[in-house]
Amino acid sequence: MAREISFVFNGNPMKMMIADHWTLLHLIREELGYSGTKEGCGSGECGACTVIVDGEAVNSCLYLAAEIDGKKLTTIEGLAAADGTLHPIQKSFVENGGIQCGFCSPGMIMSAKALLDKTPNAPEEEIKEAIAGNLCRCTGYVQIIDSIKAVSGHGEDEPHVVAFKTEDGDRGE
Amino acid sequence: MRQFTYLTPKTLDEAISLLESHGERARYVAGGTDVLVKIKEGKIAPDYLVSLKHIIGQDRPFLNHETGELYIGAFCTHRSIEQSPLVQHHYPILHDAVKNIGSVQIRNVATIGGNLVNAVPSADGAIPLIALDAKANIYGTKGQRSIDLRRFFLGPGQCDLDGGEILTEIAIPPLAPRTGGAYTKHGRREAMELPMLGVGVLLSLEEDMTTCAKARICLGVAAPTPFRALEAEKQLQGKIVNEENLGEAGRIAGQESKVRDSIRGVAWYRREMVGVLVKRMGLKALERAKDKPK
Repeated sequence: MAREISFVFNGNPMKMMIADHWTLLHLIREELGYSGTKEGCGSGECGACTVIVDGEAVNSCLYLAAEIDGKKLTTIEGLAAADGTLHPIQKSFVENGGIQCGFCSPGMIMSAKALLDKTPNAPEEEIKEAIAGNLCRCTGYVQIIDSIKAVSGHGEDEPHVVAFKTEDGDRGE
Repeated sequence: MRQFTYLTPKTLDEAISLLESHGERARYVAGGTDVLVKIKEGKIAPDYLVSLKHIIGQDRPFLNHETGELYIGAFCTHRSIEQSPLVQHHYPILHDAVKNIGSVQIRNVATIGGNLVNAVPSADGAIPLIALDAKANIYGTKGQRSIDLRRFFLGPGQCDLDGGEILTEIAIPPLAPRTGGAYTKHGRREAMELPMLGVGVLLSLEEDMTTCAKARICLGVAAPTPFRALEAEKQLQGKIVNEENLGEAGRIAGQESKVRDSIRGVAWYRREMVGVLVKRMGLKALERAKDKPK
């Protein structure tokens, strides 16, 4: 069955027809055409599809599009400013090596944002809890946690640098 | 995903009549974090999903100050229970359990009622609630009924709900004075893991603050359904709560367990860990009973 829903997508009020069985992830990627939100497992295990609904992080792969009616939806595309200036969390991921292949990054950043919007100075424990449902297979999480801590004001003076460029090329340490 | 029609009734009666009119082709859904996975995996194929999310009612734990009873609506999300100051301060055994279910993303959506009606042996939410002597309030075409939550689970994936009946609420009787409780989920990692074991211990002390007046030892994944280790509880009652007596109660609880070998752990290890964790949770419960906020 189809139904009409209204919601606010990254700040823009929208009204559209959807099918009952669409997931929110399907709505975002296939119907709205925003591919920043990723599909990993499709079963709520990996967190790659994390978006924010009314301030709360949810797995869009297990959330029916019909349930977004009347709510506010934020995806990774809603973070940077209109002129392309990155959100502080995005910037911190870039600066602290929180990104390698990038597949988990949108989900990680959305989980981090949902946390920091409520608790701007969240300590490491809360950061770990907030991203416990986001899998990353590249970074080993340390740089991701550092990236979020740098924004929450709990960052180290010297971030853990594990890879950097020298004149001879990329180096890991 | 497979096509279905999504129905959003506003009342319990409307939900029941929708389910009954579509019979086998319909299924209730609340948070959907289990039902949608089952549909995607092809384990179930309903043509109609009857949502219980839009039914008007309490969505936060609620304490009746006159009777001291705590009510938790079945459609409360795990997150709302976890973040309830009431639960954090007075029911830490329940807080221990809900804060480790799934991930934040899952807990924001998944409901306690959904966790219970799935009736998996590992239902983290069930163990502390059984330890707290909770009752399940159920609504159906024949009206309202209430049963002890420990009798609600009939077998793996089976619970005591007929046809269109809906689990609407969990009612927890007033806590005895000088009560403390603790729950732990034992597994290889903390997040996103089904437990290899779930152990909840609730202790009420005599006025001397050392003798056990009442004990509840409740285990998950140690049998086909969550269960209370009655012999172990009996062993502890009237005894001084200390490492030795808790260790003995744990050993008995291990014997009472019907643990089995599975992908998450072997039986002998589980039995051994029941003993270890009953003792550990008992000591934590003792500490909490002593520091209880007045």
